[in-house]
Amino acid sequence: MEFWQKLLAIDRRIIFIFVAFAIIVPLFIIAPPGFLKKIDVSLPVQSLYDYVENLPPGSKIMIAFDYDPPTTPELQPMAVSFLKHCFTKDLKVIMLGLWPQGPVQAQFAMEREILVDEKIKAKNLQYGIDYVNLGFQAGNEFVILRMGTDIAAAFPVDYFGTRTKEIPLMKDVKNFDNIRLVYNISAGYPGTYEWVIFAGDRFGVKIAGGNTAVQYPHNSPYVQTGQLVGLLGGMAGAAGYEKVSGYLGKATKYMLSQAVSHAMVIFFIILGNLAYFITRGRKV
Amino acid sequence: MRREIPILIAIVVGFVYVIQFFVPHAPFDKFQNWGNDWIQIIAGFAIILGVLNLLKVSLEKVYKKSKGWGYAVIIIIGFLIMTGAGLFFSGGKNYQNPGTPFYYIFFNIYFPLNATMFAILAFFVASASYRAFRARNKEATLLLLAAIFLMLGRTPLGDYLSAGLPTGWQLKNISDWIMDFPQTAGQRAIMIGIALGIISTSLRVITGLERTFVGGE
Repeated sequence: MEFWQKLLAIDRRIIFIFVAFAIIVPLFIIAPPGFLKKIDVSLPVQSLYDYVENLPPGSKIMIAFDYDPPTTPELQPMAVSFLKHCFTKDLKVIMLGLWPQGPVQAQFAMEREILVDEKIKAKNLQYGIDYVNLGFQAGNEFVILRMGTDIAAAFPVDYFGTRTKEIPLMKDVKNFDNIRLVYNISAGYPGTYEWVIFAGDRFGVKIAGGNTAVQYPHNSPYVQTGQLVGLLGGMAGAAGYEKVSGYLGKATKYMLSQAVSHAMVIFFIILGNLAYFITRGRKV
Repeated sequence: MRREIPILIAIVVGFVYVIQFFVPHAPFDKFQNWGNDWIQIIAGFAIILGVLNLLKVSLEKVYKKSKGWGYAVIIIIGFLIMTGAGLFFSGGKNYQNPGTPFYYIFFNIYFPLNATMFAILAFFVASASYRAFRARNKEATLLLLAAIFLMLGRTPLGDYLSAGLPTGWQLKNISDWIMDFPQTAGQRAIMIGIALGIISTSLRVITGLERTFVGGE
């Protein structure tokens, strides 16, 4: 009995050590092929992939990077695999952010993952012709509303200070009518919810989302109603998109770590409950 | 007048936005565009105001040696370094370009520090789950089981553990069912409730009945 009572009062630093091992050790282990095969491609992930896959070359896609460094491990792989898919399909990509650090995340993805990829290099992507980064604009959902009538009015200059109207890619882009899909990667407000309401419902543009695992349940009803073309949720969603698109990246690599850490948390929950029921009614 | 003018602005702007939603033609569409442009300008100034306010509060904290003033010193130093690097040491390039000191600091210091702060959450969640996630009653047990099914079902581990079970009982399918039905139903109820609340509050604001946003009763 004393053992269980001690277990109930265990120092949280011991739990921290176990969790640290559960997260770190799998990062250095190569996941068995069977494990990778079991990565799930959910229906919302598949439908987003199918939608992009069926777009004609030259179609314009908008990606809203509405997140910052804390959620990078979950969300950046969603951006990278999606960008790779778009460029492989010869789609034109317009990137922007309603979060101050969002456009930096976009640059980060382009410079460190996309432009150094051998397959993408062969495409010889040109800034301003194949892709553009419009930077950040303050105003949250009101920026989306403004883009519905005039994107250049909402984003007068790009990330590097070039006037939007002078960028070749943006010359025939007036508003959402010229965009085939808005893919919003978000970690909170403003995010997918705002894009659905103010861009999708209001202006009729197709919306897809990539959310943190915490935020996913909030937006998943919009998949059922058809207001979202597809939705990626957390690391599992990112790994699913990597699997279906064939660009195995960090999300796939991190899945083993996530699986082991989930198992560790469940182990502690069961252990805690076991100790609770055994010692129930006794003073600890 | 300090109360009446803001209330009047809220009423006029509220009506303009409602009307332009149902009549998206001139002159109402122009009113909306003007409104959006104004909001973007005000939001830009709000950011500057926020930054300056943070600096003021931090300086006061250091001056008065209030509790935790050491952290305020770090804020001020960080603010000065980032601002200085961006404004004065970019070598004529845009401060966000690769190779600038701002870029270097952002990606090599700010980025990992920020990510680390969020990553710490995993440890606290594990510790809190151990202490607080108890099957004390029926509701808590349901929550506990749903959490376990979801945590297992969202990773390939769930597939391994339940591979021998009938399809409907596999952890992945159970977690999908939880997400698609009880979770979505609950989420919809919350969203509809919030939407009704927003509509009623908005109507009160634009008809002038709700005045608490300007302070007072």
